[in-house]
Amino acid sequence: MGFTAVDYGTMVMLLILVVASLAMYFIKDLLHAVIVYGAYTLIMALVWLQMNTPDIAITEAAAGIAMTVLMMVVISRTARKED
Amino acid sequence: MRDFILKRVAALLLPFIQMYGLYVILHGHVSPGGSFAGGIVVGLAFIAFTTIYGLERGRAKVPEKVTTLVESYGTLWYGMMGMVGVFKGAPFLANKMAGIDLGELGALSSGGLIGLIGLGVGIRVASTMITLFFTMMEEEP
Repeated sequence: MGFTAVDYGTMVMLLILVVASLAMYFIKDLLHAVIVYGAYTLIMALVWLQMNTPDIAITEAAAGIAMTVLMMVVISRTARKED
Repeated sequence: MRDFILKRVAALLLPFIQMYGLYVILHGHVSPGGSFAGGIVVGLAFIAFTTIYGLERGRAKVPEKVTTLVESYGTLWYGMMGMVGVFKGAPFLANKMAGIDLGELGALSSGGLIGLIGLGVGIRVASTMITLFFTMMEEEP
Protein backbone atom coordinates (compact mmCIF):
# COMPACT_ATOMS: atom_id res chain seq x y z
CA MET A 1 0.00 0.00 0.00
CA GLY A 2 1.97 2.95 -1.32
CA PHE A 3 1.28 6.61 -1.02
CA THR A 4 0.81 8.19 -4.42
CA ALA A 5 2.36 11.63 -4.46
CA VAL A 6 0.18 14.32 -6.02
CA ASP A 7 2.14 16.89 -8.00
CA TYR A 8 2.16 20.54 -6.98
CA GLY A 9 -0.20 21.74 -9.70
CA THR A 10 -2.88 19.32 -8.55
CA MET A 11 -2.22 20.33 -4.93
CA VAL A 12 -2.81 24.00 -5.75
CA MET A 13 -6.00 23.08 -7.60
CA LEU A 14 -7.27 21.00 -4.69
CA LEU A 15 -6.53 23.92 -2.35
CA ILE A 16 -8.55 26.21 -4.63
CA LEU A 17 -11.39 23.67 -4.46
CA VAL A 18 -11.40 23.79 -0.65
CA VAL A 19 -11.32 27.60 -0.62
CA ALA A 20 -14.12 27.80 -3.22
CA SER A 21 -16.30 25.37 -1.29
CA LEU A 22 -15.90 27.34 1.95
CA ALA A 23 -16.51 30.60 0.07
CA MET A 24 -19.76 29.23 -1.37
CA TYR A 25 -20.89 28.46 2.16
CA PHE A 26 -20.10 31.91 3.58
CA ILE A 27 -21.09 34.18 0.66
CA LYS A 28 -24.54 35.67 1.26
CA ASP A 29 -25.18 36.95 -2.28
CA LEU A 30 -26.46 33.94 -4.23
CA LEU A 31 -25.34 35.23 -7.63
CA HIS A 32 -21.76 35.55 -6.37
CA ALA A 33 -22.00 32.04 -4.95
CA VAL A 34 -23.07 30.70 -8.35
CA ILE A 35 -20.13 32.45 -10.00
CA VAL A 36 -17.76 30.85 -7.47
CA TYR A 37 -19.47 27.52 -8.22
CA GLY A 38 -18.67 27.97 -11.93
CA ALA A 39 -15.00 28.48 -11.08
CA TYR A 40 -15.17 25.43 -8.78
CA THR A 41 -16.52 23.33 -11.64
CA LEU A 42 -13.78 24.44 -14.02
CA ILE A 43 -11.04 23.60 -11.51
CA MET A 44 -12.72 20.29 -10.70
CA ALA A 45 -12.73 19.33 -14.39
CA LEU A 46 -9.02 20.15 -14.58
CA VAL A 47 -8.37 17.98 -11.51
CA TRP A 48 -10.20 15.07 -13.12
CA LEU A 49 -8.11 15.60 -16.26
CA GLN A 50 -4.90 15.61 -14.19
CA MET A 51 -5.94 12.33 -12.60
CA ASN A 52 -6.23 10.64 -16.03
CA THR A 53 -10.02 10.43 -16.17
CA PRO A 54 -10.99 12.48 -19.25
CA ASP A 55 -14.35 10.70 -19.23
CA ILE A 56 -15.33 12.22 -15.90
CA ALA A 57 -13.73 15.55 -16.87
CA ILE A 58 -16.07 15.96 -19.85
CA THR A 59 -19.07 14.99 -17.73
CA GLU A 60 -18.03 17.37 -14.95
CA ALA A 61 -17.56 20.27 -17.38
CA ALA A 62 -20.90 19.68 -19.11
CA ALA A 63 -22.92 19.01 -15.95
CA GLY A 64 -21.25 21.90 -14.11
CA ILE A 65 -22.14 24.38 -16.83
CA ALA A 66 -25.67 23.03 -16.97
CA MET A 67 -26.11 23.32 -13.20
CA THR A 68 -24.66 26.86 -13.24
CA VAL A 69 -27.14 27.89 -15.93
CA LEU A 70 -30.07 26.30 -14.09
CA MET A 71 -29.09 28.00 -10.80
CA MET A 72 -28.82 31.34 -12.64
CA VAL A 73 -32.35 30.83 -13.95
CA VAL A 74 -33.58 30.02 -10.45
CA ILE A 75 -31.94 33.17 -9.08
CA SER A 76 -33.52 35.26 -11.85
CA ARG A 77 -36.94 33.92 -10.79
CA THR A 78 -36.48 34.26 -7.01
CA ALA A 79 -34.75 36.60 -4.59
CA ARG A 80 -31.03 37.14 -5.01
CA LYS A 81 -30.17 37.84 -1.39
CA GLU A 82 -30.15 35.09 1.16
CA ASP A 83 -32.21 35.82 4.26
CA MET B 1 -32.29 38.89 -26.10
CA ARG B 2 -32.08 41.90 -28.43
CA ASP B 3 -28.40 41.77 -29.33
CA PHE B 4 -27.59 41.50 -33.04
CA ILE B 5 -24.02 40.22 -32.62
CA LEU B 6 -25.06 37.65 -30.03
CA LYS B 7 -27.78 36.31 -32.32
CA ARG B 8 -25.49 36.01 -35.35
CA VAL B 9 -22.70 34.31 -33.35
CA ALA B 10 -25.22 31.91 -31.82
CA ALA B 11 -26.66 31.09 -35.24
CA LEU B 12 -23.14 30.24 -36.43
CA LEU B 13 -22.05 28.29 -33.35
CA LEU B 14 -25.09 26.34 -32.19
CA PRO B 15 -25.16 23.78 -35.06
CA PHE B 16 -21.56 22.88 -34.30
CA ILE B 17 -22.28 22.60 -30.57
CA GLN B 18 -25.16 20.23 -31.32
CA MET B 19 -23.00 18.22 -33.72
CA TYR B 20 -20.32 17.95 -31.03
CA GLY B 21 -22.92 16.70 -28.56
CA LEU B 22 -24.06 14.03 -31.01
CA TYR B 23 -20.42 13.10 -31.63
CA VAL B 24 -19.82 12.66 -27.89
CA ILE B 25 -22.98 10.53 -27.60
CA LEU B 26 -22.19 8.27 -30.54
CA HIS B 27 -18.49 7.82 -29.68
CA GLY B 28 -19.21 7.10 -26.00
CA HIS B 29 -17.71 3.63 -26.12
CA VAL B 30 -14.50 4.39 -28.03
CA SER B 31 -13.48 7.82 -26.71
CA PRO B 32 -13.94 9.97 -23.57
CA GLY B 33 -17.44 11.17 -23.00
CA GLY B 34 -20.66 9.26 -23.16
CA SER B 35 -24.36 9.59 -23.46
CA PHE B 36 -24.80 11.64 -20.27
CA ALA B 37 -22.19 14.29 -21.13
CA GLY B 38 -23.21 14.40 -24.79
CA GLY B 39 -26.87 14.68 -23.91
CA ILE B 40 -26.17 17.63 -21.64
CA VAL B 41 -24.23 19.34 -24.44
CA VAL B 42 -27.15 18.88 -26.84
CA GLY B 43 -29.55 20.18 -24.21
CA LEU B 44 -27.33 23.18 -23.49
CA ALA B 45 -27.44 24.14 -27.18
CA PHE B 46 -31.24 24.45 -26.94
CA ILE B 47 -30.95 26.29 -23.61
CA ALA B 48 -28.52 28.79 -25.17
CA PHE B 49 -30.88 29.26 -28.11
CA THR B 50 -33.74 29.99 -25.72
CA THR B 51 -31.78 32.47 -23.60
CA ILE B 52 -30.64 34.37 -26.71
CA TYR B 53 -33.74 34.27 -28.94
CA GLY B 54 -36.43 34.41 -26.27
CA LEU B 55 -38.81 31.98 -24.66
CA GLU B 56 -41.43 31.86 -27.44
CA ARG B 57 -39.01 30.92 -30.22
CA GLY B 58 -37.26 28.41 -27.99
CA ARG B 59 -40.57 26.79 -27.10
CA ALA B 60 -41.45 26.65 -30.81
CA LYS B 61 -38.24 24.68 -31.46
CA VAL B 62 -38.95 22.14 -28.73
CA PRO B 63 -42.65 21.88 -27.89
CA GLU B 64 -43.74 20.19 -24.71
CA LYS B 65 -45.19 17.31 -26.72
CA VAL B 66 -41.79 16.51 -28.21
CA THR B 67 -39.97 16.45 -24.86
CA THR B 68 -42.65 14.23 -23.37
CA LEU B 69 -42.43 11.76 -26.24
CA VAL B 70 -38.63 11.76 -26.30
CA GLU B 71 -38.37 11.20 -22.54
CA SER B 72 -40.77 8.27 -22.64
CA TYR B 73 -39.46 6.62 -25.78
CA GLY B 74 -35.81 7.14 -24.85
CA THR B 75 -36.33 5.01 -21.78
CA LEU B 76 -38.42 2.51 -23.75
CA TRP B 77 -35.64 2.32 -26.36
CA TYR B 78 -33.19 1.36 -23.62
CA GLY B 79 -35.48 -1.41 -22.48
CA MET B 80 -36.06 -2.65 -26.01
CA MET B 81 -32.33 -2.80 -26.68
CA GLY B 82 -31.96 -4.78 -23.46
CA MET B 83 -34.68 -7.19 -24.53
CA VAL B 84 -32.73 -8.03 -27.69
CA GLY B 85 -30.48 -10.17 -25.51
CA VAL B 86 -33.46 -11.87 -23.87
CA PHE B 87 -35.05 -12.71 -27.21
CA LYS B 88 -31.81 -14.34 -28.38
CA GLY B 89 -31.60 -16.55 -25.31
CA ALA B 90 -29.06 -14.54 -23.30
CA PRO B 91 -29.36 -12.32 -20.19
CA PHE B 92 -30.88 -8.82 -20.24
CA LEU B 93 -28.64 -6.26 -21.98
CA ALA B 94 -26.40 -9.05 -23.32
CA ASN B 95 -24.13 -7.84 -26.10
CA LYS B 96 -21.56 -10.36 -27.24
CA MET B 97 -23.37 -13.25 -25.53
CA ALA B 98 -26.40 -12.55 -27.74
CA GLY B 99 -24.29 -13.21 -30.82
CA ILE B 100 -23.91 -9.62 -31.99
CA ASP B 101 -20.85 -9.05 -34.16
CA LEU B 102 -18.57 -6.63 -32.33
CA GLY B 103 -16.38 -5.90 -35.34
CA GLU B 104 -12.93 -4.39 -35.28
CA LEU B 105 -11.47 -3.08 -32.01
CA GLY B 106 -11.59 0.72 -31.76
CA ALA B 107 -13.98 1.24 -34.67
CA LEU B 108 -17.24 3.12 -34.18
CA SER B 109 -19.26 -0.05 -34.83
CA SER B 110 -17.29 -2.08 -32.27
CA GLY B 111 -19.77 -1.46 -29.44
CA GLY B 112 -22.58 -3.70 -30.60
CA LEU B 113 -25.72 -2.42 -28.91
CA ILE B 114 -23.90 0.10 -26.70
CA GLY B 115 -23.96 2.84 -29.32
CA LEU B 116 -27.72 2.41 -29.87
CA ILE B 117 -28.41 2.36 -26.12
CA GLY B 118 -26.29 5.50 -25.74
CA LEU B 119 -28.34 7.28 -28.39
CA GLY B 120 -31.52 6.60 -26.42
CA VAL B 121 -29.99 7.72 -23.12
CA GLY B 122 -28.45 10.80 -24.76
CA ILE B 123 -31.64 12.21 -26.25
CA ARG B 124 -33.42 11.45 -22.98
CA VAL B 125 -30.86 13.42 -20.95
CA ALA B 126 -31.05 16.29 -23.44
CA SER B 127 -34.81 16.43 -23.22
CA THR B 128 -34.67 16.27 -19.41
CA MET B 129 -32.33 19.29 -19.33
CA ILE B 130 -34.63 21.20 -21.68
CA THR B 131 -37.68 20.31 -19.57
CA LEU B 132 -35.96 21.46 -16.36
CA PHE B 133 -34.95 24.74 -17.98
CA PHE B 134 -38.39 25.48 -19.45
CA THR B 135 -40.12 24.57 -16.20
CA MET B 136 -38.04 27.17 -14.39
CA MET B 137 -38.25 29.79 -17.13
CA GLU B 138 -42.02 29.62 -17.45
CA GLU B 139 -42.44 30.15 -13.71
CA GLU B 140 -43.64 33.65 -12.90
CA PRO B 141 -41.03 35.60 -10.88
